[in-house]
Amino acid sequence: MKAALRKAPEAKSHIRLGKYLHRSYWLSLAWSLVRGILIIGLSFIILYPIIIKISSSLMTERDLFDLTTKWLPRKLDLVSLTRNYRDLWIEMQYPKAFLNSFSLALLVAVLQLISTTTVGYGFARFPYFGSNFMFAMVIFTLLVPPQMVMIPLFLNFRFFDGFGLFRLLHKIGLVGQPEISLLGTFWPFVLTSITAMGLKNGLFIYIMRQFFKGMPKELEEAALVDGAGPVRTFFTIMLPGASAVMIVVFLFSFVWQWNDIFLTRMYIRGHVTMLPFMLEKLNQLFDSYGYSDQYISVIINTGMLMFMAPLLVLYGLLQRYFVESVERTGIVG
Amino acid sequence: MKLMPRLTLTRKRALWGVVFTSPFIIGWLLFFVKPMYESVRYCFHQMEVTQNGFNMVYIGWDNFKYAFRTDPEFVRLFTETVISVLTNIPTIIIFSFFAATVLNQEFRGRGLARVIFFLPVILRSGIIAEIEASDRLTQALALNFLGTSGSGVSVTRFALSLFRNLRIPVGFALSLFRNLRIPVGFVSFISEAVGSIGQIIGASAIPIIIFLAGLQSIPDSFFEASKIEGATKWESFWKITFPLISPLFLTNIVYIIVDSFTAPGNRLVSYISGLAWGRNLYGASVAMTWVYFGAIALVLALVFLIFSRRVFYMGD
Repeated sequence: MKAALRKAPEAKSHIRLGKYLHRSYWLSLAWSLVRGILIIGLSFIILYPIIIKISSSLMTERDLFDLTTKWLPRKLDLVSLTRNYRDLWIEMQYPKAFLNSFSLALLVAVLQLISTTTVGYGFARFPYFGSNFMFAMVIFTLLVPPQMVMIPLFLNFRFFDGFGLFRLLHKIGLVGQPEISLLGTFWPFVLTSITAMGLKNGLFIYIMRQFFKGMPKELEEAALVDGAGPVRTFFTIMLPGASAVMIVVFLFSFVWQWNDIFLTRMYIRGHVTMLPFMLEKLNQLFDSYGYSDQYISVIINTGMLMFMAPLLVLYGLLQRYFVESVERTGIVG
Repeated sequence: MKLMPRLTLTRKRALWGVVFTSPFIIGWLLFFVKPMYESVRYCFHQMEVTQNGFNMVYIGWDNFKYAFRTDPEFVRLFTETVISVLTNIPTIIIFSFFAATVLNQEFRGRGLARVIFFLPVILRSGIIAEIEASDRLTQALALNFLGTSGSGVSVTRFALSLFRNLRIPVGFALSLFRNLRIPVGFVSFISEAVGSIGQIIGASAIPIIIFLAGLQSIPDSFFEASKIEGATKWESFWKITFPLISPLFLTNIVYIIVDSFTAPGNRLVSYISGLAWGRNLYGASVAMTWVYFGAIALVLALVFLIFSRRVFYMGD
């Protein structure tokens, strides 16, 4: 067996040599070289800001003005390397802010996952009078800038009347006030998430619908014959098959809530300690401590690194599903 | 259980459709239609928020007049934003199509390359984009790629020392172009594209995903058949891949327009938000948003007019 394997290439060696004389061989070799350089170069450009952040986060103020220092600071002991991080851990109230940001992002991601999956399935499988119009509206909500409804939404939650319910109860005399303020609580996020109207939820509905449309109908028909209703089919047949897409939607939703400053600023600024607020304050805070501009920039970048770290961990854990299924579900029209 | 007598299967399924999509229907009515209606009303009112509610005084078109005549920044920022969005579209679309084609090929380390290329989806949104838009280190980085030190930003010695040996001689290349008498407009377009390459890659992440999904949905049998017929790779790219992908150009252009018009680093958007939260000019802020939305809608309509006839759908 082994001998045969070894012998085969020898017998064909003239053919193998011949390929070096062929033009297409050199062309494809040249292309893969160009491609390799391009990919490495572009990857470098993407990673470069992160590398710079990491490198500068290790520096002290003295290292910044030392022209001989480049990537690594002069003193390489643990205490001076982690100094910026330790400062920020306290100044950003990191543990508390992290916990608040994390719980909000988790809450929003779970609720949006539930609502958009359900809605997406409905649009994929159960046509009704006006369902096409409603789906067009899903796309339309994506096209309208959120700033458009920002002020009305803000006022709605500032003077929240339970969609008329509180007003009614107030008239009867059951509640003292006709309106309450939901600002400073997570309620605005909860209400918009369970109704699939959060940030970019239209995109999630679209992704889920495309995915469910692509699943074979035979599965559901079989379940129907066996006597399962739509709800049971949804939970036992459709959802297990959709786990990879659901992970992607979860990841998107979590990440966008984590990074969000627009809605967070609008609903809970000044009430809850959140990481984005802490990040925003750094400039002013360290300026008041008398730090130089350059060093403040380093501090801010270190802060951003600490802000991004959980996302990088999450992405590292879920990237396999992400890369695989984003391609497969096709956010394709 | 005689509540639902004699429903046909279609009707039953339609009912389930309403049930499954009801979260969105409710949310759409409460958090979209109602606020949209209110925002139209706010355009024509002066608003004052007090402790127990808000007062509205009807002032006609004054908010719009304020936006165009009185406000010192709006018109300038508005034109700047619209122009920069329009000029960025071709660069982003070409880059993302090219990147998707490359990432779709077989090569070693493809998985890793994809992980890196999708990273901007995670890292370029919200607060990070907003802070990076005004951060010194990031600005120095962009200038470093451009190779010039003008344009109103002072590059600090620190930043220069940090990037000194990574400087790419773009400045030299630019002067070369000038000496060769290549049109200045073209050179400045290229140099701008080079300068904002980080931003372009960041904005391309989702378009790349969309293109990649499309590329993978083309059946291999198409290429096999064309190969047997004697087509080269170059021919099959233009005769098969390109037409089948063409609807996605439309999808992506729409996505890029909407995304860059509403991006958090966008200066007009932050200016409009600042009017409402900082200076309590709610009515004017809403009016400006409507003007802005009108511009987006106009651009989108034009794009549809131009492209929808030229794209190719497989079903046709």
